[in-house]
Amino acid sequence: MPLYRALLRLFPAGFRHEYGGEMEAIFAERLAGRSISVQALLWLEAVADIAWHAAAAHFDLLRQDVGFAMRSFRRSPGFALIAIAVAAVGIGATTAVFTVTDHVLIRPLPFPEPNRIVKLWQDLPGYSQMEASPANYDDWRRMARSFSGMSAFTGVAANLSGEAEPRRLQGAAATVDFFAVLGVDAEIGRVFARSDGDEDAPQVLLLSYDLWQTAFGGSEDVLGTTVILDQRPLAIVGVMPAHFRFPWPQAEYWTTLRFIGDEPALDQRTNNALGVVARLAPGVSVEEAQGEMDVISGQLREAYPVDNANTGANVFRLRDEIYPPTRRMLTALMAAAFAVLLVACLNLASLLLARALARRRELAVRSSLGAGPERITRQILTESVCLSLAGATAGTLLAYLSLPVFDSLVRTSLPLGAPEIDLRVLALAVALSVGTGLLFGVVPALRASGTGGALGERTQTGGGSGRQRIRSALVFSEVAISVVLLVCVGLLLQALGRVSATDPGFRSDDVLTLRTALSQPKYASVADRSAFLERILERVQALPGVESAGYTSFLPIAMGGGVWPVSLTEEVRDRAASHSASLRFVTPGYIEALDIPLIQGRQIRASDRQDAPYVALISQSLAERHWPGQNPIGQRFSFGLAERTVVGVVGDIRNRGLERSSEPQVYLPHAQVPDGWLTYYAPKDLAIRTDGDIAGLAPAVRAIIREADPEQPVTDVQTLDQVVRAGSAGREAQLRILVVFAAAALLLAGIGIHGLLSFGVSTRTREFGVRMAIGATPRSILALVLRQGMWLALGGVIAGTAGAYAAGRAIESLLAGVDPAQIQTFAVVGALVLLIALLGSLRPALRAVRIDPNSAIRSE
Amino acid sequence: MTSSLEDPQALLPLPPAVFHILVSLAAGDQHGYAISKDVAERTGGELRLSPGTLYRSIQRMLEQGLISEPREIPSGEDPRRRYYSITPFGAATARAEAGRLARLVKLAVANGLAPEGA
Repeated sequence: MPLYRALLRLFPAGFRHEYGGEMEAIFAERLAGRSISVQALLWLEAVADIAWHAAAAHFDLLRQDVGFAMRSFRRSPGFALIAIAVAAVGIGATTAVFTVTDHVLIRPLPFPEPNRIVKLWQDLPGYSQMEASPANYDDWRRMARSFSGMSAFTGVAANLSGEAEPRRLQGAAATVDFFAVLGVDAEIGRVFARSDGDEDAPQVLLLSYDLWQTAFGGSEDVLGTTVILDQRPLAIVGVMPAHFRFPWPQAEYWTTLRFIGDEPALDQRTNNALGVVARLAPGVSVEEAQGEMDVISGQLREAYPVDNANTGANVFRLRDEIYPPTRRMLTALMAAAFAVLLVACLNLASLLLARALARRRELAVRSSLGAGPERITRQILTESVCLSLAGATAGTLLAYLSLPVFDSLVRTSLPLGAPEIDLRVLALAVALSVGTGLLFGVVPALRASGTGGALGERTQTGGGSGRQRIRSALVFSEVAISVVLLVCVGLLLQALGRVSATDPGFRSDDVLTLRTALSQPKYASVADRSAFLERILERVQALPGVESAGYTSFLPIAMGGGVWPVSLTEEVRDRAASHSASLRFVTPGYIEALDIPLIQGRQIRASDRQDAPYVALISQSLAERHWPGQNPIGQRFSFGLAERTVVGVVGDIRNRGLERSSEPQVYLPHAQVPDGWLTYYAPKDLAIRTDGDIAGLAPAVRAIIREADPEQPVTDVQTLDQVVRAGSAGREAQLRILVVFAAAALLLAGIGIHGLLSFGVSTRTREFGVRMAIGATPRSILALVLRQGMWLALGGVIAGTAGAYAAGRAIESLLAGVDPAQIQTFAVVGALVLLIALLGSLRPALRAVRIDPNSAIRSE
Repeated sequence: MTSSLEDPQALLPLPPAVFHILVSLAAGDQHGYAISKDVAERTGGELRLSPGTLYRSIQRMLEQGLISEPREIPSGEDPRRRYYSITPFGAATARAEAGRLARLVKLAVANGLAPEGA
């Protein structure tokens, strides 16, 4: 019965061939002469019977095969360990990198319908992502129809008092519909309610999950209690979920933004202080929203020709916020990880091919003892899968362990939590390894077992040459890929060197920095602030080893923004980005502490008091921009809400970091601002230039500050060198990872060459024996083997060089100006690879030399 | 394939199918279908060996050395069918199992649980 026979196919072939016929006969006899209903029952019974027993039979075979595989591995542990290690490296690297990349670039954000959430920015020539001013935000909100909700937020920080050690908290102030726009609810308690936005409503506070756990013990009793932030009481109304980190991962609390008090006022049109987030209205696309915002911007430009000159609006999907260089770096890392996976698979394939060849005899024996090809295939399949699974397990472990390293690499402002191992990627990597294992383990074994009379083959050389060619091709590819990775590493290393060597415009060695952010209500008056700052500076400057010290609003590189428009008083210029400069309030001593050169005029002095004429130090590029060819000293300009006179010119510094271009800088005396104005820019970062001994200084400075104000938190204690280097931290981390990848690939390639040549030597033992017997010197044998390895490596290097050139062009934007085609990098890498190839070839070559001609010719 | 010099107790307790197959073969060599018919008759229809159960048991019993396949097919029988015969080890094992079952019955009787319909 064809149907029954079809069912029997469920059984393993061996069982089927043995008993299938009889089973069919029995079933036929049972069916004979029975009624239809009984027959139907018998059929059902047969299906169940066969399904159950077939599964059991397969399971039995599996158990046997696994046991067999284990014994086989124990006989050749070297092979098994290497194969597992190779698979682990490939799988681990790929999974870890892909997890982070996917987490940052691809996975949806933890909001409902995250693709409908956008951010709005002001657009100025040269700056497509400028923070919005309160007045513009207000107008956008009232005029736009494309959004179902819009909310503004700004960064805030405050001192938490009442604890033993005063704490500085970072947070965000947002308008009351902030959480409604995002669609997020609190973990416990509630989020902002409309009523929280009323002018006379008490100020409310939301805690981040981490802050709740660490500072408030994770107890639910915290709801309704009051905390003191910057001398102001706030009521805690809720705690946000653990994964919620918007707008920044560092946000520890959220409070309301009501545009009252010392918050930015709603009528300020030039104070670029707000981030704006909105949700697209149903049915509206990003392009349509952008179109409407363009129209609205046009209307605002007409209504406010001075303040909104050249000002547009940009609508960006929240997902697209990731800083482009970070995105490029992640993509490069992904490519590198896949390269390592590829090399690992190639290596695995090579190993398995060699093994298949070595086992030809064993398989032939088993075949002649009656094991059908299906049985043998099953066994080898099981082996390959066992290896791959072991490799996958090790690889997963490796990925898990290395995930924190990769995570620290990605500094992103996207509201993401810590990445977890991406199972899809893991599955992909495992599938690739298993696939490799199957392809290169099973296929050759199958062909070997298929040749029935293999026992009759006397040598191992014939029939293996095809496989040797494949293996050579595999090794060739491994070498080529290693070259590509190494060249990229070399180029990025040079790029890092170039960036690190960039002159920031100031001297960062031997400078200690720290932050004392002053609570605003307490220090809102300039007089109070000055008293504090001057007291600190006086004591600090008296410490032994201190050469100079001064305060600034923000240290360079740590904070690159803080930019205001510059306008000359004689003419009212267009408000364009090319006329902005960074605003910093400084105390005397700061410029000297950073050793910024004074080019003309004088430094900020103690006599530049609040009641004295407002003056400014400007950087050279600003002088050249606004007063080319003239003497800038004595010129007046409008900046930071007041008119100021230039009294000195200093050198430019790289405020935004070593790799980016910065706006010109303006330094204002810290006292020359009306009380309560521009409090965001109140000096808070202290820089102390020492004569070398930094270590002992920090405790002394802390003591001074504690004495001046015991409630004042001291944060961010680090050297200026560290601040500068932090800007390149991403590059360094990326490089470190790539070095590991490239080294792994190179090692695998070396192992591949070694394995290939070793195998070649063992199969050519007889040939070498004959050669030596007829007069070949050991040296010529050595040369023979070495040449084989070196030619292969050389070919791989040449192919790899072509690939590396292409890769270099692809990552050119990451290279900070380093030429991807420079010969030196290629030469060094080529030499390194050839050296490794030589080392890999040496051992097999020496083995070949030590062959005893007599036994070689006689043996088999 | 295990040696037939093994301990008859080693495979106890026997699955019912195996025991009945051994009993059936003790009377003489048979082929598969005959065994299953025989077992059904002997147990009064209680134990029906499906083809799957039958042949998997046979396969395992061959591996364990309880039965074997004699080369000669008894004359007059279908040459396509395969015949199995019980091995000495198989007989010893069956005897051991029977003894185990008997001891169980004795135990039950001793505690007042005499079998009904015995």
